[in-house]
Amino acid sequence: MTTKKALPVAVMALAVLVLWYAGAVWLNAPLAADALTRAGHDWTTADLIRATLAMKRPILPTPDQVALDLYNSLTGYPVTSIRNLLYHTGVTAGAALAGFGMGVVLGVALAAGIVQARTLESSLLPWVVASQTVPVLAIAPMIVVILGNLGFTGLLPKAIIAMYLCFFPITIGMVKGLRSADPLTLDLMRTYSAGTAQTFRLLRLPASLPYLFTSLKIAVAASVVGAIVAELPTGGQAGLGARLLSGSYYGQTVQIWSALVMAALLSVTLVAAVGLAERALVPGGRGGAR
Amino acid sequence: MPAAQPAPLTLVQPAADPAPRTIVDIHNLTLTYQAADHPVYALSDVSLSIAKGDFISLIGPSGCGKTTLMRVVADLEQPTSGAVTVNGMTPEQARLKRAYGYVFQAPALYPWRTVERNVTLPLEIMGLAKTERQQRAREQLERVGLSGFERKFPWQLSGGMQQRVSIARALAFDPDLLLMDEPFGALDEITRDHLNLQLTRLWLSTRKTCIFVTHSIAEAVFLSTRIVVMSPRPGRILDVIDCDRELPRERTLDIRESPEFQRIAHRVREGLMEGHSYDD
Repeated sequence: MTTKKALPVAVMALAVLVLWYAGAVWLNAPLAADALTRAGHDWTTADLIRATLAMKRPILPTPDQVALDLYNSLTGYPVTSIRNLLYHTGVTAGAALAGFGMGVVLGVALAAGIVQARTLESSLLPWVVASQTVPVLAIAPMIVVILGNLGFTGLLPKAIIAMYLCFFPITIGMVKGLRSADPLTLDLMRTYSAGTAQTFRLLRLPASLPYLFTSLKIAVAASVVGAIVAELPTGGQAGLGARLLSGSYYGQTVQIWSALVMAALLSVTLVAAVGLAERALVPGGRGGAR
Repeated sequence: MPAAQPAPLTLVQPAADPAPRTIVDIHNLTLTYQAADHPVYALSDVSLSIAKGDFISLIGPSGCGKTTLMRVVADLEQPTSGAVTVNGMTPEQARLKRAYGYVFQAPALYPWRTVERNVTLPLEIMGLAKTERQQRAREQLERVGLSGFERKFPWQLSGGMQQRVSIARALAFDPDLLLMDEPFGALDEITRDHLNLQLTRLWLSTRKTCIFVTHSIAEAVFLSTRIVVMSPRPGRILDVIDCDRELPRERTLDIRESPEFQRIAHRVREGLMEGHSYDD
């Protein structure tokens, strides 16, 4: 990274940290003041601030508390241990990626169908849109219960909920992408008397890639959200969602925040991986520059 | 505009030389399409026959149907009435047999393909082997003066170079007929002169039949064996000017200063102005 780029990045990170600490002091102050008063000593503002930054169950834990918890969790136990956060991240990532894979297949297939058969646009697309108006938090427990009755537990229900969230942006982006080919280039294919399949493979599909990758970035982040939401009602023992749930049961705010940070890191990593794939697959990297 | 059809103006081509084979034959072609509230007469009773080896320019103001006429020949547009044959076949049969190469106003290159793979695109669709495709692409790129640019992407090339790639692409499968729709319209004057010179040499060396749509009188006179002057709405043929008798086949840019060239250009301009008086 060049220094030109590093400076704004560092300033932004610093600003976030300062705001975070300020927020911690502000939000934790009432509880901390109560505790100090109950202890019976006189206390100064400096005492109060020190107390807000080192609470056992803060309203908002400080960045160093979260970092320490992350460090302990990641290094204190083997990766296969249920007490290691990386293990939970792996469980969630597995469900998210399985759901993402299914979402890509479903999303691309729907888009191809909609573009090739005009009737599907009016008959199928409304259902696709309607599916997204149902809150995932409402439908996730139902999917888990129904699939559980059918004998499916573990990864599959979680992957399906992740898929449910991520196929939509792929369908929408891909429909737009498959139709993005210039009318002139479509005429060109006609002058070569290319068939529908050839036009699709040689023109529509490559023309859609920049749109597809934009959608994939949204979809892969959505799949992480889907997997985490799916872990809440499963009462699962493992996964970032399960950690969030158990953290909130026992008032372990530091644990919740550690899980949140890991979820964010997971999403960032996955989006970056999609970006790398885009660079490799879309030559010129100019997104359809002409 | 009243819906009444104007009096048809048919030009019978003088059958001076029976030897050259007719490649494109257009007979009483009419094309109307329905706009929002009134029918538009894009072409009205157009008849034209084009012999093998001809370089025909279609010239006329915007909306005179010259592009439409060419798109009918290419089976990209369906006529309302009249008959068109290309190589003795219907335009559709000719298209399915890949009888012509089409060069559009814009280069229409695929940005995700290298220059070479843009040129090999029609060959890939035809199912040629990879080595054969590459060899042909190299030949055609050399022909348009773009050797060494095979691995570049279209956006790394200038507008003139991109249009040359699209000409190489149209030539790649060796069609008898080359249809060009204002290929140099978007380029600057100097690039256009240069490409005109290249195109006339290309035409001489390949002996292809060319139909060329243009706005530019100088371009039409410089390139053509015959110039077809068209009038707007409804698109009709006003005049067909034979340049071959007065100008040599092999031409250089200086020819534009000659009195013969000026005379033909003047006649084209008069034809265009006659067409315009219809509007006012």
